[in-house]
Amino acid sequence: MSVTSSPPPKPLVAQAASDLASRARWKPLEIVFWLAVLGSIFLLPSKHLILTEIAILGLFALSLDLILGYAGIVSLGHAAFFGFGAYAAGILAKYGIIKEPVLAMLASGLLAAALGFVTSFLVLRGSDLTRLMVTLGVALVLREIANQLDITGGADGLQGIEMQPIFGHFGFDIFGKTAYVYSLVTLFVLFLIARRIVNSPFGLSLRSVRGNPLRASAIGIHVNGRLVAVYTIAAAYAGIAGALLTQSTQFASLSVLDFERSADVMLMLIIGGTGYLYGGMIGAVLFKLVQDYLANVNPQYWQFWLGLGLVMMIMFGRVYGAVIATVIFAICMLTNLPFMQQIVFTIVVVAVLGLARAEILRFTSAITERAVAAQRQLKARFTRKTEGS
Amino acid sequence: MAPVLETKGLVKQFGGIVATNDVTLSVEKGARHALIGPNGAGKTTIINMLTGVLRPTAGTILLEGRDITGLEPHKRVQLGIARTFQINQLFADLTPIETIGLAVSERMQLGRQWWRLVGSKSIVIDESVEILDRFNLADVMDERTATLPYGKQRLLEIALAIACRPNVLLLDEPAAGVPEAERHGILDAVAALPRDVTVLLIEHDMDIVFSFADRISVLVNGALFVDGPPEEVAQDPRVKAVYLGEEAHDA
Repeated sequence: MSVTSSPPPKPLVAQAASDLASRARWKPLEIVFWLAVLGSIFLLPSKHLILTEIAILGLFALSLDLILGYAGIVSLGHAAFFGFGAYAAGILAKYGIIKEPVLAMLASGLLAAALGFVTSFLVLRGSDLTRLMVTLGVALVLREIANQLDITGGADGLQGIEMQPIFGHFGFDIFGKTAYVYSLVTLFVLFLIARRIVNSPFGLSLRSVRGNPLRASAIGIHVNGRLVAVYTIAAAYAGIAGALLTQSTQFASLSVLDFERSADVMLMLIIGGTGYLYGGMIGAVLFKLVQDYLANVNPQYWQFWLGLGLVMMIMFGRVYGAVIATVIFAICMLTNLPFMQQIVFTIVVVAVLGLARAEILRFTSAITERAVAAQRQLKARFTRKTEGS
Repeated sequence: MAPVLETKGLVKQFGGIVATNDVTLSVEKGARHALIGPNGAGKTTIINMLTGVLRPTAGTILLEGRDITGLEPHKRVQLGIARTFQINQLFADLTPIETIGLAVSERMQLGRQWWRLVGSKSIVIDESVEILDRFNLADVMDERTATLPYGKQRLLEIALAIACRPNVLLLDEPAAGVPEAERHGILDAVAALPRDVTVLLIEHDMDIVFSFADRISVLVNGALFVDGPPEEVAQDPRVKAVYLGEEAHDA
């Protein structure tokens, strides 16, 4: 080890640059994902209404991922910003303040960002528990304000919103195609910006703050400043998602500020996984499809199955948990048991699985290991072949 | 020589317990100053006050004559105080190149840039690689920090503080917990620190202290007990009593 610093060898520098850039590189699966999204416009014209809702929820969950997945801020009141943006867009349109939808959407995002900035100072202090309480509190307060005010329409919701064509050109149609394309374009642009942000020096500093705030401040990072910044950005994203919902449905009700909305978006993100930006969107697709399917098959009790799925996913991991829950559900459906017996059957199965959890986990991790090894082998063979040819 | 870092009448109380009792300490520019004392003497408490993690109950802290007692931790880093931790405080999910690159870009005031991709400034990369190379971390620079061997993590702990390019470096037991085989790597790194960096070392191991320090302060029960050059401190009967007493107790 030398005291004087000599310039490092060139190959090392090149390797370091490549290592640093690796996270920002586009992966093949990402391209597949967005091609599938693009394809949905043309291939699923009859599903545009629910797909629009999924795109909006995906954007909302992406917003939560920015604070939870990248900065480690837990929130049970993220609907505050979604709802604020939703009402802002509704009021802007209804009273003709900003008629053009894109401008109105951006304005709603800015208003939500302002609210995010102001309330961010509440989440700086304290543990995860205090953050949960504070964010929950802010959302409850806003909901009650929206309930009492005249301008928001109170419990009746904001009715009589008429949307002007986008850029004065593309009118909203009854099949929801314009709304869907509009939501997707917004989602994609905001995704690109988020992708840029999380792969920037600012994004890297957020990950360090999430990982170890004590050390982050010990290398000169103003931890609170970074948290305020990302909370404000995430609030803008959530506000834009809310604005899109109002604009595509031409209606805003108190449900945009419901506690359930905050809880659902948290579930979506956790189902899809945090900290890689796609989790929220994938989670929104799964959540909405499962919800839609279950509500059709089993309208009264669909939440029972959703709950079972979540518990299994926590107990046995995301993939195996979902498989186990699906098997239990399938057995109940195929045997056509009355609901009370379905409950008893499910509880017995869950209890048995719970007691055998250690054995099951050993079994599932063995499968995972084998799958990973097989994948590696396949990859090795594939690269050897391409090298040989 | 002018003092770089000074404390005047520093006191820290936790409830009824006095962790630091009227400590007036002066660290000379370029010094290799060691702060020693038995377990629970309050050494880490002093480091925490110097870096702004803890607020002193009374007293002042001066950096090059400037009062920094009330300054936030990140501002002190920008003024040139960096530290390492007794127990590794690293970013488990980041790689060493990301970790060091982060510290270097923060020091260059580039850390708020959200529109530029990480790794697009060659000035940051060059310096980061140079530091990793100097601390023998270049071979593992793209591995997750959490998976590195303990000795490598310990080196990264020091390298990360150096990446802040400090005037004053506070080392909190740099060799703590390092297996014997990897120990010399850490000690070499400490010995090779640039001479213009002032070092305040907290250490239990007397071999390290006496081979490294040109000045030693002994802390007992939160108060400064003895302060002087190594040979003087080594001869001091009171210090011998404290350490012999402790050693006898340990045995």
